[in-house]
Amino acid sequence: MRPLLRLQHTKSDSIHAEWERKTKTMGMTMTQKILAAAAGLDSVEAGQLIEAQLDLVLGNDITSPVAIHEMDRFKEQKVFDKDKIALVMDHFIPNKDIKSAEHCKCVREFACKHEITNYFDVGQMGIEHALLPEQGLTVAGDVIIGADSHTCTYGALGAFSTGVGSTDMAAGMATGKAWFKVPGAIRFNLTGKPAKWISGKDVILHIIGLIGVDGALYRSMEFAGDGIAYLSMDDRFTIANMAIEAGGKNGIFPVDDAAIAYMKEHSKREYRIFEADPDAVYEEEYTIDLSTLKPTVSFPHLPENTKTVDEITEDITIDQVVIGSCTNGRISDLRIAAEILKGRKVKKNLRCIVIPATQAVYLQAMEEGLLKIFIEAGAAVSTPTCGPCLGGYMGVLADKERCVSTTNRNFVGRMGHVGSEVYLASPAVAAASALTGKISSPEEVC
Amino acid sequence: MKAEGRVFKYGDNVDTDVIIPARYLNSSDPAELATHCMEDIDKEFVHKVQKGDIIVANKNFGCGSSREHAPIAIKAAGVGCVIAETFARIFYRNAINIGLPIIECPEAARGIDEGDLVEIDFDSGMIYDRTKNTEYKGQAFPEFMQKIIRAEGLINYINGTE
Repeated sequence: MRPLLRLQHTKSDSIHAEWERKTKTMGMTMTQKILAAAAGLDSVEAGQLIEAQLDLVLGNDITSPVAIHEMDRFKEQKVFDKDKIALVMDHFIPNKDIKSAEHCKCVREFACKHEITNYFDVGQMGIEHALLPEQGLTVAGDVIIGADSHTCTYGALGAFSTGVGSTDMAAGMATGKAWFKVPGAIRFNLTGKPAKWISGKDVILHIIGLIGVDGALYRSMEFAGDGIAYLSMDDRFTIANMAIEAGGKNGIFPVDDAAIAYMKEHSKREYRIFEADPDAVYEEEYTIDLSTLKPTVSFPHLPENTKTVDEITEDITIDQVVIGSCTNGRISDLRIAAEILKGRKVKKNLRCIVIPATQAVYLQAMEEGLLKIFIEAGAAVSTPTCGPCLGGYMGVLADKERCVSTTNRNFVGRMGHVGSEVYLASPAVAAASALTGKISSPEEVC
Repeated sequence: MKAEGRVFKYGDNVDTDVIIPARYLNSSDPAELATHCMEDIDKEFVHKVQKGDIIVANKNFGCGSSREHAPIAIKAAGVGCVIAETFARIFYRNAINIGLPIIECPEAARGIDEGDLVEIDFDSGMIYDRTKNTEYKGQAFPEFMQKIIRAEGLINYINGTE
């Protein structure tokens, strides 16, 4: 197979010398350093096209069938490395209908044929972006592409990871490489300690409200500052997960003791720590004092339509609450929800659906007694699935219904009928709202 | 390479959920996806669209999910080109990778209206609004992406059938 890019060889000597002179004097961001290493280059700069070696290629039950179909068109029918491909059946799983069953069957057969090591089906699977870090498949320094837009989640561990489509996934599975345009970056300096009930979700919703749904378009969102120490790994996964909702190519955190401890607990793989140069160039910089943040909600129909709960003056009555997803289905999310729901009942005629993101989270929630709390409160608890987040199943909305959801998108028709509405919030706000039947602050009920 | 057709005009942040709602993602058949294209933003689109027609939108077209089903549905519906102020980056990659022509041109996106007859010359990047008698210069693709487009997609390009 041909190399994806031959650009380096097309530069004339003089242009190349000029480029080298320029880049030697310019600092690189954390993302740029990872990409340079993966491309085998000493340095890169924003706008440069590179070809990078991939550490992991990911797909799910919706995007993989399209990629597998594309794979059939390659002259050579093989995968670059059966250990570096992850196929996670999570969107419409356990299968919601015959067509989605056919899709999974197609992926299952592909995984068997190519002896894919990391194929996850019913019983082992979880929501991909919660599952892969937990399985130790993503570590700092990795370059990861996934045919799912929330692949940017692994930036929490100090990896470069980004969402692509099915054709890129197919090319990645076949060649182990992908082309990238090196992104410029926005730096977010996080300072201060967040108040009780303030989670990673409030941080990222605040940021998206600040810069807009295309505020980071084509760029990296690089997080820095002493406030990061107050954010749990689950908080950081949530923040990196929603970088795409600001248009970002990736979101990335520096690797600190908490990240190292997480990787040591979950992975046997060797991690590589990259740090931004002190003179790295950022196109924009924001400083966010986490101690000033309040519980934040994104109103329909864009994640940028944010209000803090104290800014909501009218009663917004709701029909459903969803607690789960690749954004907020981890154990600490469920612990927060359980703390609020314990010994109480969800509002009459309101449906509260709790979806642990992985089997391990499910089991842990069971052992900690969280599932008992949810069920006694009148909530439904489900096996892991992306289901309701994208209006697939397990909580689709009717016309004019409203849902407070810990998921990541509130576009028109996202969770069902085009006349329905999704309000994005943290697990704390979602649980509090489940009790009152309207959008509520956890402080109102605790 | 050229495209010519009538314009369907949309605003900012046209997301992949309205281009092809997730309730139809249990199919990956282009012809079937095409029958639901733009359904949640414009129910009439699939009934009106003619081969070669053009979608013009404002900023951040194709934001949201990575589903390649979105550009596949648009291409299979017969759309010859999408012009926007900006595209969300995954949609941008996907469109190039499957051979759906797209052009970034903020001036054209603002100046062209619904129903205008528009012609695009991909070699020069020129966009001609025949209804208003105006013209715009779209942003040219880097050479590498032009090669993928000429090969009608990434897989053909990698196979060396450019």
